[in-house]
Amino acid sequence: MSFEPKIIAFLCNWCSYRGADLAGISRMKCAPNVRPIRVMCSGRVEPDFVLKAFEAGADGVLILGCHSGDCHYVEGNYKTIRRIALLKKMLSQLGIEDERLRLEWVSASEGARFVSITNEMTEQVRKLGPFSHRNGGSNG
Amino acid sequence: MKDKIRIGVYICHCGTNIAGTVDVKEVAKFIQGLPSVVIAKDYMYMCSDPGQNMIKEDIKQFGLNRVVVASCSPMLHEHTFRQAVQDAGLNPYLFEMANIREHCSWITEDPKLATEKAKALVSAAVRRIYYQEPLEVREVPVTPSVLVVGGGIAGIQASLEIANAGHKVYLVEREPSIGGHMAQFDKTFPTLDCASCIFTPLLSAVGQNPNIELMTYSEVEEVSGYIGNFKAKIRKRARHVDEDKCNGCLVCVEKCPWKAVSEFDEGLTERKAIYTPFAQAVPNVPVIDTEHCVYFSKGTCRACEKFCDPKAIDFKQQDKEVEVEVGAIIVATGYDAFDPSAITDYGYGRYGNVITALQFERMCNASGPTGGNIVLKDGSEPKSIAIIHCVGSRDKNYHEYCSRVCCMYSLKYSHLIKEKIEDAEVYQFYIDMRCFGKGYEEFYERLSNEGVNFIRGKVGEVTDRTITEEEQGKLVVVAEDSLMSTMIRVPADMVILSTALEARSDAEAVARLFNISRSADGFFLERHPKLDPVATTTEGTFVVGCAQGPKDIPDAVAQASAAAARVLAMISQGKVEIEAAIAVIDEELCSGCKICNLLCPYSAITSDEEKKVSLINEALCKGCGVCVAACPSAAIAGKHFTTEQIMAEIEGVLV
Repeated sequence: MSFEPKIIAFLCNWCSYRGADLAGISRMKCAPNVRPIRVMCSGRVEPDFVLKAFEAGADGVLILGCHSGDCHYVEGNYKTIRRIALLKKMLSQLGIEDERLRLEWVSASEGARFVSITNEMTEQVRKLGPFSHRNGGSNG
Repeated sequence: MKDKIRIGVYICHCGTNIAGTVDVKEVAKFIQGLPSVVIAKDYMYMCSDPGQNMIKEDIKQFGLNRVVVASCSPMLHEHTFRQAVQDAGLNPYLFEMANIREHCSWITEDPKLATEKAKALVSAAVRRIYYQEPLEVREVPVTPSVLVVGGGIAGIQASLEIANAGHKVYLVEREPSIGGHMAQFDKTFPTLDCASCIFTPLLSAVGQNPNIELMTYSEVEEVSGYIGNFKAKIRKRARHVDEDKCNGCLVCVEKCPWKAVSEFDEGLTERKAIYTPFAQAVPNVPVIDTEHCVYFSKGTCRACEKFCDPKAIDFKQQDKEVEVEVGAIIVATGYDAFDPSAITDYGYGRYGNVITALQFERMCNASGPTGGNIVLKDGSEPKSIAIIHCVGSRDKNYHEYCSRVCCMYSLKYSHLIKEKIEDAEVYQFYIDMRCFGKGYEEFYERLSNEGVNFIRGKVGEVTDRTITEEEQGKLVVVAEDSLMSTMIRVPADMVILSTALEARSDAEAVARLFNISRSADGFFLERHPKLDPVATTTEGTFVVGCAQGPKDIPDAVAQASAAAARVLAMISQGKVEIEAAIAVIDEELCSGCKICNLLCPYSAITSDEEKKVSLINEALCKGCGVCVAACPSAAIAGKHFTTEQIMAEIEGVLV
């Protein structure tokens, strides 16, 4: 049986969550591998959440926030950018592939974009193979 | 000690919307086996009365203290179910929703995989709700006044509705007079009512209404606060004419020797450097355009001042900033007309007799630059006029959307042309005729019998390169007649471009100012396209008229009245509920590092220097959680999105 990756997506309540809703309302079809978790702002996503996701068995993590300048809370997404950049450095030191964590922007009107990012991420993580925290990723 | 957690889980079929893809029985069976789940049921329509009653009865019968409903998006029914559990005596925050419709059944093809995903989503909600706490819903009083931004037909309608109900309205308009685009129109479709006759009484009603404080030539610069309690800073630009002293005689305008292009007449004529945009302007107080007034550039002239009896001219007047407190905001900032010079093949700006729809509107208007006569650049009467539809609309190069009003105003133009120039040939180049409103199809039918030529096809080019003798001295419209499948060349004296309605060029900045979202087409985004079409994602802020999307006058007026009703409901309640899910600092854990103070976008966090801890102002906090994620001591909890709850959700969603 082929490998079906499990991916957690942190969705901002105001943009990407609604973008994902729109994808559903428009009956677009996408990979079922992405499991959404709603947060009020991408800025609420603690690095710990991402580490926890990998620890609990996720093969990949998506963080989808509002486009630059569109943050419902003025500038929460800018904080996310800085936070995730730092987190990515740390993940690489832990031997976790960069491609397993992706930060993207999806507005409430971008159902199609939600679907394409979801599908891309699924295929990307499928190629990487299952994440095993026991050996700290492929680099061991 | 905490009561034993007893969770009830309800899986909705949503007819076949969910149950058609997801095996709801299997999900319920799986969930029944999870810790603390007392009961898991599936039901046809959870949001129906029997569905809600089932939850209420189970809460009593089984002593449930947590409820999960797995159905549609929380954007649709979270409120419904929170209300239901509250009716049964549970705190509304002890309810959680799993979105297995939009995020699962509708978006997943394979029923097996959809069922697995649904199990994961419901399991996440069950794990999460275990840690959810009751929260106190906070109520705040509503300031019984309203800010309306934009004085076109939509803003005027909303203002009058609210003011007539006895409440204070601050109506802010950027231009020197209210009126917006509607003031420029000649007739309105399909009734052919004279726009001025139906509109100018409304303008003066606004000017005379004691409940409306009209601020023209003004712009909102800053908005703070929250539903029920907004503060807005408004810059009243210097008119250089004292509004209190001016008696509206307009002798100053008459005496002013300096001229500039008239914006109101779409560049077809000139206005003075001191001017009112049009004769029925409200307020009837002129402004000095400092860019074209010679006194401001060279320091001499002062003709207006000399002839002003009431001594109202004030060259030294400065911009004024005023702050108002309002309970709600209605954004009615309208649209821009598409600039057709972008489509170079249509020759706008190159050929003088290619004009825009709004220019034609002014030309047709009896108080317009030609006194209502349809004339060519050389002053002669056109004998053939081509009207090109969808200029900038339904075009992937510009705007994909349909601007909705152009078919109808183009039909109106045909009628007006025929009325004024009986023997004129009128050609309508259309893609599809969209006559969707009440009486619109009938109007089309009527025009079809008035001898108008309808040609279905997109125009490729407007050119002055003539071939035949008949084309000599005329413009030639080159198009494909898609019904005949041939290319045609139609000679015309005048070409009218039915230009698209597009989002204001500064819509992005305005969206940020009022903290509202925009849709892909650039217009402001409503909270729900069907069930909440005038609200926005910012509570207490509404959007009406063309700022929300292209629409005709009846729709703009209906939206404005709808928003006014929403605002009046808030005011008559006198109070609104505000978000309980805010951040709270545990003083025991806070090290006083102040990292959160700087991060907070609302300046809601301050520092208590004595206690060496940070404090959150509950009224200002909006619950984004940025501070929660940043606190190095984990001293800040984001209520309803606590670290514990999200960690549990992560575990649950990975089953």
